[in-house]
Amino acid sequence: MDKSGKKIRVLVAKPGLDGHDRGARVVARALRDAGFEVIYTGLHQTPEQVAETALQEDVDVVGLSILSGAHMTLVPRIKKLLQDNGMNEVMMIVGGIIPEDDAEKLVSEGYAEQIFTPGDPLDKITGYISNNFK
Amino acid sequence: MQQLVAELLKGNRRAAARMISHVENDDPLKRMLLTELYPHTGKAYVIGVTGAPGSGKSSLVDCLLQQMRRDGLKIGVIAVDPTSPFSGGAILGDRIRMQDHALDHDIFIRSMGTRGSLGGLSRSTREAIQVLDAFGKDIILIETVGVGQSEVDIVKAADTTVVVLTPAGGDSVQTIKAGIMEIADLFVVNKADLPGAERTTTEINIMLDMKKGDHWRPPVVQTVSVQNKGLDQLWELLQEHRNYMNESGKLETVRLERVKRELTDQVEYLLKNSVWEQVKEEVKLEKLVEEIANRKNDPYSAASELLEKISFFDQKTGKDD
Ligand SMILES: Nc1nc2c(ncn2[C@@H]2O[C@H](COP(=O)(O)OP(=O)(O)OP(=O)(O)O)[C@@H](O)[C@H]2O)c(=O)[nH]1
Ligand SMILES: [Mg+2]
Repeated sequence: MDKSGKKIRVLVAKPGLDGHDRGARVVARALRDAGFEVIYTGLHQTPEQVAETALQEDVDVVGLSILSGAHMTLVPRIKKLLQDNGMNEVMMIVGGIIPEDDAEKLVSEGYAEQIFTPGDPLDKITGYISNNFK
Repeated sequence: MQQLVAELLKGNRRAAARMISHVENDDPLKRMLLTELYPHTGKAYVIGVTGAPGSGKSSLVDCLLQQMRRDGLKIGVIAVDPTSPFSGGAILGDRIRMQDHALDHDIFIRSMGTRGSLGGLSRSTREAIQVLDAFGKDIILIETVGVGQSEVDIVKAADTTVVVLTPAGGDSVQTIKAGIMEIADLFVVNKADLPGAERTTTEINIMLDMKKGDHWRPPVVQTVSVQNKGLDQLWELLQEHRNYMNESGKLETVRLERVKRELTDQVEYLLKNSVWEQVKEEVKLEKLVEEIANRKNDPYSAASELLEKISFFDQKTGKDD
């Protein structure tokens, strides 16, 4: 919950073509256990679907799980669509196999707030979100 | 804020989404917003879909969306999933089955957690219905897990209620909660591709035939939602029930009852809020509790004393703030 007592809503989405969503489900459960409301949409979401879902669900955070290697196209694309929807303030975080250089670039160019990699403990993710809504 | 309502009435999807958040969060602005929306409500037809966890409600809603879109209808979906009582968090996963419709701008899907209080849930569902109604949706589908009283209450907001059952190894009908059985206008035996569907269907029919009297005899329809089977028939029967509700005058009756409930709920809600707000300001509740526990006071006198100091309608919560 944020300071006004409102529930933080997080969209956990898997854009792109990679085949399984075990990781995303584990993260979704961790987020639930940390008190967030998680909207989960399953595999193979297009950037347009992700952005529209974020809009209809009025989420505070969009968490993308990307294992396909297409993060440098998917993340900026989704960020752009969110902005087109007037959702400039939504927090974007990305989890996946993302090389350090790419991660830095995504953050420094303002496409994502934070990048997580498979080695990161789950409470690093939940803690990151909680801290941002304090 | 005025602008939010104007934008919503113009069909702005973000405005509708924001508005539902205000409702869910019990935002102080909510009453003013709902007051402005109210004249634009009352047009949508509300269909509740309830049933055991995993019975196929979301898949059915997905199929129904397809049917309804074929007839050119605009649809709102409210999908309710349980909030974890331990963490207060929730995984709202009903959308997974409906994402093919995510980009259809005539469909608006919103997931809701049951959050804390039961009364609170049925209120925010009802208010979310009003938002989507004013937003111009012709049909509003509500998906809830049919396990308890709270779901039955949510369903009271529906004009037509569909109860979804599955063959489930044959132990089905006996185990259905009595309250759930009574609210059904239509039964779906989903997963009819699994063994036992005929038997389940027969059992429901026998049960329905034993209980006579009502003018509307709920039909039982078999579906296989993952293969889109039986959906033409389900959609036809839904429309039939809607016609029945219209022509028999029953729709008017249940809607009047609903408005009455809304009004009484709202009165109680305002009173309760206003009273507790003042009590919080005025006295040390803990001190009173201690006195009562030590038998220096009793709950009966203490309650009357508390209320003596209170004005029963605090204009602060009124429309002009
Ligand atoms: N065999 C069979 N499986 C089905 C059918 N309809 C749904 N399912 C499966 O049942 C499971 C649950 O389906 P959902 O549509 O999510 O059910 P639900 O009632 O919305 O579930 P909750 O919202 O979690 O209570 C999924 O794995 C579906 O693939 C059907 O007609 N036949
Ligand atoms: Mg469901």
